[in-house]
Amino acid sequence: MNHSNEIAIGFSNIVFGLAFLMVAASLLTWVERRLLGFWQDRYGPNRAGPFGVLQVVADGIKLLFKQDWIPPFADRTVFVIAPAISMITVMLAFAVIPVTPAIGIIGNLNVGLLYFLAMSSLGVYAVVLAGWSSNNKYALLGGMRAAAQMVSYEVFMGLSLVGVVMLAGSYNLTAIVHSQQHLWYVVPQFIGFAVFFLGGLAETHRLPFDLPEGENELGAGFHTEYSGMKFGMFFIGEYIGIILISAFTTVLFLGGWYGPILPPFLWFALKTGVLVAFFVLLRAALPRPRYDQFMAFGWKLMLPLTLINIIATGAVMLFWSTS
Amino acid sequence: MLAEANSIPVVELEQTLLRELIEQFRPNMITVQKTADQIPTFWVDQVIVHDVLKHLRRNAKLSFHVLYDLTAVDERLRVHREGLPPSDFTIVYHLVSFERNDDVRIKVPLKEGALEVPTAVDIWPNANWYEREVWDLFGLRFAGHPNLRRILTPPTWTTHPLRKDHVARATEMGPYVLTEEQELAEQEALRFNPEDWGMKRHSETADFMFLNLGPNHPSVHGVFRIILQLEGEEIVDAVPEIGFHHRAAEKMGERQSWHTYIPYTDRIDYLGGVMNNFPYVMAVERLAGIDVPFRAQMIRIMLAELFRIASHLVFYGTMSQDVGQLSPVFYMFSDRERVFQIIEAICGFRMHPAWFRIGGVAADLPHGWDKMISDYLEYQLKRLIEYDKLVMRNRIFKARTIGVGAYTLQEAFEWGVTGPGLRACGFAWDYRKQRPYSGYDQLEFDVPTGSHGDCYDRVVVHIEEIRQSLRIIRQCLKNMPSGPYKSDHRLATPPLRERTMHDIETLITHFLNVSWGPVLPPGEVTVSIEATKGINGYYLTADGDTVSYRTRIRTPSFPHLQMIPLISRGSYVADLIAIIGSIDFVMADVDR
Repeated sequence: MNHSNEIAIGFSNIVFGLAFLMVAASLLTWVERRLLGFWQDRYGPNRAGPFGVLQVVADGIKLLFKQDWIPPFADRTVFVIAPAISMITVMLAFAVIPVTPAIGIIGNLNVGLLYFLAMSSLGVYAVVLAGWSSNNKYALLGGMRAAAQMVSYEVFMGLSLVGVVMLAGSYNLTAIVHSQQHLWYVVPQFIGFAVFFLGGLAETHRLPFDLPEGENELGAGFHTEYSGMKFGMFFIGEYIGIILISAFTTVLFLGGWYGPILPPFLWFALKTGVLVAFFVLLRAALPRPRYDQFMAFGWKLMLPLTLINIIATGAVMLFWSTS
Repeated sequence: MLAEANSIPVVELEQTLLRELIEQFRPNMITVQKTADQIPTFWVDQVIVHDVLKHLRRNAKLSFHVLYDLTAVDERLRVHREGLPPSDFTIVYHLVSFERNDDVRIKVPLKEGALEVPTAVDIWPNANWYEREVWDLFGLRFAGHPNLRRILTPPTWTTHPLRKDHVARATEMGPYVLTEEQELAEQEALRFNPEDWGMKRHSETADFMFLNLGPNHPSVHGVFRIILQLEGEEIVDAVPEIGFHHRAAEKMGERQSWHTYIPYTDRIDYLGGVMNNFPYVMAVERLAGIDVPFRAQMIRIMLAELFRIASHLVFYGTMSQDVGQLSPVFYMFSDRERVFQIIEAICGFRMHPAWFRIGGVAADLPHGWDKMISDYLEYQLKRLIEYDKLVMRNRIFKARTIGVGAYTLQEAFEWGVTGPGLRACGFAWDYRKQRPYSGYDQLEFDVPTGSHGDCYDRVVVHIEEIRQSLRIIRQCLKNMPSGPYKSDHRLATPPLRERTMHDIETLITHFLNVSWGPVLPPGEVTVSIEATKGINGYYLTADGDTVSYRTRIRTPSFPHLQMIPLISRGSYVADLIAIIGSIDFVMADVDR
């Protein structure tokens, strides 16, 4: 009896979670375009529905009804699988996020943080396989850039979280949020926060780190040959990725659902929303570094910084525990 | 205009050059020609032309280090050729010395059956494309040219369009049918074959990737194809391919009357608007001997500078977009929109107003123009300061552009670079300053320069030029002279209407000039100006007719694109995009 009840709750959590996520991600496409419009002295989509919200629906319909085109020179199977991987991995990663103590699918997973890193690493495959299977030189260059970029930034992302884990003493995300009840980790772990966020930018390949797409150089990079709903999956995957990174930053550094007066869920949504807007602002403001500059930035600046952060955190903890 | 500004009086220069040439070469092979622009012009025999050119480049006391233009004229139907050596086709070399501010024109008469001269690529590397163009459009050969193949027409083309016996309109050729085999053959002809360009497919350590960038690529600013030989993402070599935007503007010049050709010039550098009318109408006025009233001159300057700002704003925005910055381009396009509002109020059109006329401008300034302009000047200066913070001081932007795509002043001379690209090398040569035309000598402005000749400096020069243009416009605003907006010369087209309704002679002139077009006296003239992207010049040959005998358009973008391989070797694909952005070209200006 008790068991089936739990299953029902878990199931509804999954269904609602996914539905919410899909809606949020597609709305985000509209939010981003409106925000960009605001920052760029223009309107953005404002015709369909109130404030142009229904643009999302129009885009969805358009993408669904596009001809499902697979180039004759592409590797069919891999070409079809790649966008699915892109979407599935980011959605799976959401499973471990504790939105509030009550909302969340497996927020209590004892290796939640590692699970997230594993899922985001798997996301690399989508981009690399898409670039490879398209059998197109631009896509290949994009895929190669993606592989190098995401694999290296994975390293810093992982390392930047070691400080948080040391402070919280757990890989369990719920436990990590609980340990931030009095002080958000963004304060003691500011370097970790900055590196994680930049790594997140690179993982979601958003401007200024959108080298795998590199519109100005590579046309559309790894998804040059994609159209219709397959392109739509990469597209939505990218936006879910943005929400994912923002949500994780909230959980790990901004105290998750904690906050005065407002209900926990609103706090969580608010923090995540601000970070998402920051993603968009970065896109509106910054140019794109060159590929080699970007890699040098990672290995020569981010890596030493994260290592110093770990050592410093360890030293301080040791000092506190002995004194 | 040119003559007055030169450092050495033209007659003296002509005599000195002639003495030198006669000393070095046989006098019976050299003929002097008088032209309306007073540029010293010598006809030399095809046997000695290579030596003459080499002499003028290297040995002479008066060295000409820039090949400004190289073109040809089909002389077979020309009526007025008094005193000129017999010739079926003439090749024309226009050489310039920026340092001494001198020009010389060398002409080579060719007879049918011997349509060949030695190549000048070994003297000026930028002769390469010019010679290919002459081969393509006239069918004249250049012995020893490294790769004499078609450049503006498709590789499968068989005729030479600028010959006088070639049709000018497609409708004269009968319907065009494209069969499937033909289509496949055309497609196949576009396939890039590295061996044709002396490229290897493999090195000892790696296989090269040949990447076809364009003609439809978001960052090539039009229909421009560049084929990259890549090792990883590093550019080993590049082959630019042009001609996709070729519309035979020069051929149209031989068909349209002197007056009706003006709108075609607008579309050469399509961001430059009336800036394109400027050298053309000045060349025609020079042939006709028209003096333009002061007010018309000042109005022309003001409009040209407004268009310079509009064009440079597009450059600025697209340049920052090329390195991945999304927002500035919107700000700059909305600024440009303000410029267009002024232009529209004055000319009635926005991008291509075709507003200059032979002898003046189309109409007087409208009421309230001064208010519009002074409002705009206030606004734009403030915005430029913001853009400095947003773009020029951005660290990523600097990292992407400083030291990228640099060339030396010497290379700039060798490749015929003009305009902001030349000044970015630290050489303050501005046509408006060095050879003031249309009254630029009455205005105060500086010639901004860079020092490294890299992408960043080119952007710096462009931005500073916007400020200088604003300064010039402010002076036009304050000192706009009164008087007529068009000359009352009988060849000014369309003539002033005041007396037309009362006076039969004026009515007849008006009727003829509007229906047939004015008849210009025979002569030759080159008039150049500092256009938005470099020096734009029109070399007109009049043969006593209502149409031009030959209209040669020398555009700045053509030589600029030619040096892309030189400055992009060894850099990354992303650098190439920055280089392309910083060159500031439009394809219509290249292909014409």
